[in-house]
Amino acid sequence: MPGKLIGLHEAAALVPDGATLSIGGFTTQRHPMAFVYELVRAKKRGLYLFGHSPGGDWDVLIGAGCVRRVELAYEADEAFNTVGPRWRRAVERGEIEWEDYSNFSMVARFTAGAMGIPFMPVRSLLGSDLVHKEALTPEARAADPRTAAKKTHVMDSPFDPADRVVLVPAIHTEFAVLHVQKATAGGTIRIEGQSYADVQMALCADTVIVTAEEIVEEDDLRRTPELNLLPFFAVKHVCQVPFGAHPYAVYNYYDYDPVQLKEYHESARDDAAYRAYLDHYVFGVRDHEAYLEAVGGAARLDGLRAAPDFGYSPGLKRRL
Amino acid sequence: MAAPEYSLMELMTVVAAREVADGEVVFAGTGLPMLGVMLAQKTHAPGCIIIFEAGTVASRLAHLPMSVGDPRAMRGAAMAAGLNEVFTYILQAGRVDVGFLSGAQVDRFGNINSTSIGADPRRPSVRFSGSGGACDIACLAKRTIIIAKHEKRRFPEKVDYITSPGWLEGGESRKASGLVRGGPDVVVTTMGVIRFRPDSKAPYLASFHPGLSPAAVAAETEFALEVGGAVETRPPSEAELQILRDVVDPERVFLK
Repeated sequence: MPGKLIGLHEAAALVPDGATLSIGGFTTQRHPMAFVYELVRAKKRGLYLFGHSPGGDWDVLIGAGCVRRVELAYEADEAFNTVGPRWRRAVERGEIEWEDYSNFSMVARFTAGAMGIPFMPVRSLLGSDLVHKEALTPEARAADPRTAAKKTHVMDSPFDPADRVVLVPAIHTEFAVLHVQKATAGGTIRIEGQSYADVQMALCADTVIVTAEEIVEEDDLRRTPELNLLPFFAVKHVCQVPFGAHPYAVYNYYDYDPVQLKEYHESARDDAAYRAYLDHYVFGVRDHEAYLEAVGGAARLDGLRAAPDFGYSPGLKRRL
Repeated sequence: MAAPEYSLMELMTVVAAREVADGEVVFAGTGLPMLGVMLAQKTHAPGCIIIFEAGTVASRLAHLPMSVGDPRAMRGAAMAAGLNEVFTYILQAGRVDVGFLSGAQVDRFGNINSTSIGADPRRPSVRFSGSGGACDIACLAKRTIIIAKHEKRRFPEKVDYITSPGWLEGGESRKASGLVRGGPDVVVTTMGVIRFRPDSKAPYLASFHPGLSPAAVAAETEFALEVGGAVETRPPSEAELQILRDVVDPERVFLK
C-alpha cells in the first residue's frame, strides 16, 4: 500500500519555526507526546498553539521555550495539578502571549474552520470577561495574520433582535497532530473512547499528522466504517508510535502514569529542576524508544496497561 | 449512638451532592464536582445523567475520574462523542438541568474566577488554568451548583476576572447580558451553604456547618453576607460517609 507512514523525527521536522499548530487529546489523555518531545528536541521556536484543554503537551512546549502565542480555554493536568506549572510561570513572567476562550467557544472556532465558514455563533460567553477583556492588544492582532483580527463579536440575531449571540472566529492552522489508537498506512484512523475535538482540529488544518499506537490493515478499519471519524485523504502522514502518549492515557491501551506526572510536576516548580527533567527525559534520549527506557521500560509501562474490561487500569495507584 | 466524625471537605461534598436530584441531567466540571456527582449517583440519585465535557454521556462510574476526559468516564456510558456534541447539542440546546462547578474564587453574585488574579488581565500576578468548560456550563445549564473551599480571599466582593458568569451584578443583569437561562442556585463551601434572593440576587447564608456559627462564616467572607435566617447544616449520615469514603474515593484522590 502506498504509504503515508513516516518516522517521528521526519514528521516533526516538517513543522517550521513559527508554525500554527493544534495538538489532539484532552488534559491527561491521548496527546501525541512522542511527537511533542521531538519538537522540543528539535528546539522549535515561535510556535502558535490553538487548543481547548491541553495539558502537559503544551506545558512542556511552553517550558522548553518553543511557543510564542497560544489561544486556549485551559491548560492543566486537572487533578494531577490544577494549573500547568510552566504555563503559569510563562504568563506571570511575561514570556508568552495568549488569549483566553472557553472550551465550547474554542471548539466552535475549530468547527467553523472545519466547516469552511468564517465564524460560529454561540450562546455562551455573554456577561463573562472572556468577552469583555482581551489579553492580546488590537495592535498585536493586527500585526499578525496568524491571529484573528478580533477576539469575539457580540451580535443580535438578524431574525430576532432580542436574541443575542457571540460570534467567534474560525481557526485555520498549518498543522494538526493527533495521537490515536489505530491507523492504516493509507491514513484511515480509529479513535476509541472520547474523540475530544480531534476531528475538528484535523479538518481545519492544512497538514494532519497522526501518530498511532498500532498500524493496522485498511480492511480492518473498513469493516466498520461508521466508527471512522475522519476521511483518510485528510490525513497526510502517519507514524507508528506505541506508548506515544505516555505519560498520558490512551483508552483501551494504557492509563496515565502517576509516577511520571508526579516527577514532572515536582520538577516544574523550580527552573533548574525543570531543566534537569528536560535534559534527562527529552534532550538526553535519542528517540522515543530511548525515552520509554528512560522512564522505566517494560517494568513501568506494563503496570499502566488497560484492563480489557475497563479500558484503563482499575488498580492503578494514582496518589503517591 | 455517637454522631459520625467527618472532615469539612467530606461534609461539603455530601451537602453539594444532595443538591442533585434523581433523574437530572448533570454537567459536571473538573475537580470536586466529579466527587460530588459520583456520590450523588451512588446514593440518592442513581438515575442522574452525568455529562462530562470531553464527550461522555450517562457514565455509570466505577472509579473516580481525575479528568473530565478520563478513560474512567467511559465506564457504563450510554454514548461517547466529543466536546462539540455535548456542548452544542446537550448544553447549548438547553438539555442540562444542573451545572456542577468548583470555584477558585467566587464573588457576591456567584461569579467565578478561574483565569487570573490582578487588575490588568494582560499582566496578572497569579495565573490559573483558565475556563475550560466552566464558563459554558455557567452560561448554559438551567441552574448551577458551585462547590468551593471557604477562605476569605476566595470570597471577594468582586472577582478580578469573571470567567464563569453568575448573577453578574445582581438583579436583572444576567438576563440583560443576553444569557438565555441559568445562574447559580447554591454555593456549598467548607463553612456553609449560600443561596441568592430571587429578585435582587443578594447572597444569604442558608445554613452553617455544625460546630461553626453564622458570624464565623460571615467573618471569613469578604462580601456582606446576610446570615439572619441561617440554620445548622444537616450533617452527613453514616451511609453517605461510608459510600463517599469506601466507594467513591477510596484512593483519597480528592479527600484528604
